[in-house]
Amino acid sequence: MVPLSWYILLSTVVFGIGVIGFIIRRNLIMIFLSIELMLNSVNISLAAFSHYLQSMTGQILVFFVITVAAAEAAIGLAIIIALYRHKPSITAEEVNLLKG
Amino acid sequence: MTAHQLIFAYLAIAITGLSVMVITRRNPVHAVLWMLVLFVHIAILYLFLNAEFLAAIQIIIYAGAILVLFLFVIMLLDVKDVEMERRFLGLWPAGVVITAILTLLSVIVLREIDVFPPLGQFSIERIRSEGNIMTIGRVLYTRHLLPFEIASLILLVAIIGAVVLAKKRKGVE
Repeated sequence: MVPLSWYILLSTVVFGIGVIGFIIRRNLIMIFLSIELMLNSVNISLAAFSHYLQSMTGQILVFFVITVAAAEAAIGLAIIIALYRHKPSITAEEVNLLKG
Repeated sequence: MTAHQLIFAYLAIAITGLSVMVITRRNPVHAVLWMLVLFVHIAILYLFLNAEFLAAIQIIIYAGAILVLFLFVIMLLDVKDVEMERRFLGLWPAGVVITAILTLLSVIVLREIDVFPPLGQFSIERIRSEGNIMTIGRVLYTRHLLPFEIASLILLVAIIGAVVLAKKRKGVE
């Protein structure tokens, strides 16, 4: 039997890798991929808790997280397309119109 | 080590390594393809946790819909090679170190986490007797009906928002 803490540690490490990717990458698409990575790591821990607590709520929550992730990806990629049309670059450093 | 622990160890190492591969690739297309392998591994992990429905939607929605959307946008944008030359922001070592320290702290705190009774009513035997999908469906359509309806609203907002944002406006350019 695998202890619950192993799943939580795996989830924590993957979340950390996602945060690192979010912070250090320049490409906006890679930043979005890092967000997806973080959402997936949270899903792992939710599914693990659902299994070990013998409760269905965790799996339901994963279902909703996947729904929101799909919506977020659609909106985010539409924003990137709009941005690319405005200025042909998808580098995070060059998106500073709101900086004042 | 039992067989369960061996399989989990393989999955954990593979998922961690694949995540690192995803965030370090120069070409976004390669990163998305590594992400595809990663999602298949996470789906196997869900099967390992007796969550067959989650494994299915992980493959169908994440790998089948979201990653294809990413690939479409990457192909559509046609980013020049010059832009991909520098992968990371200037201060990237500081970001890596700080995040690694924070992750290490979380690992130390969460190392001994465990659950205690009373446990919920959905034991493995009960889920197995009526099927994972039927159990999820029954809970989803009774106790969590309102969030389910709100999720459909979120998807509607996403559809309208994506069309409005990506549409070419008349008068501009």
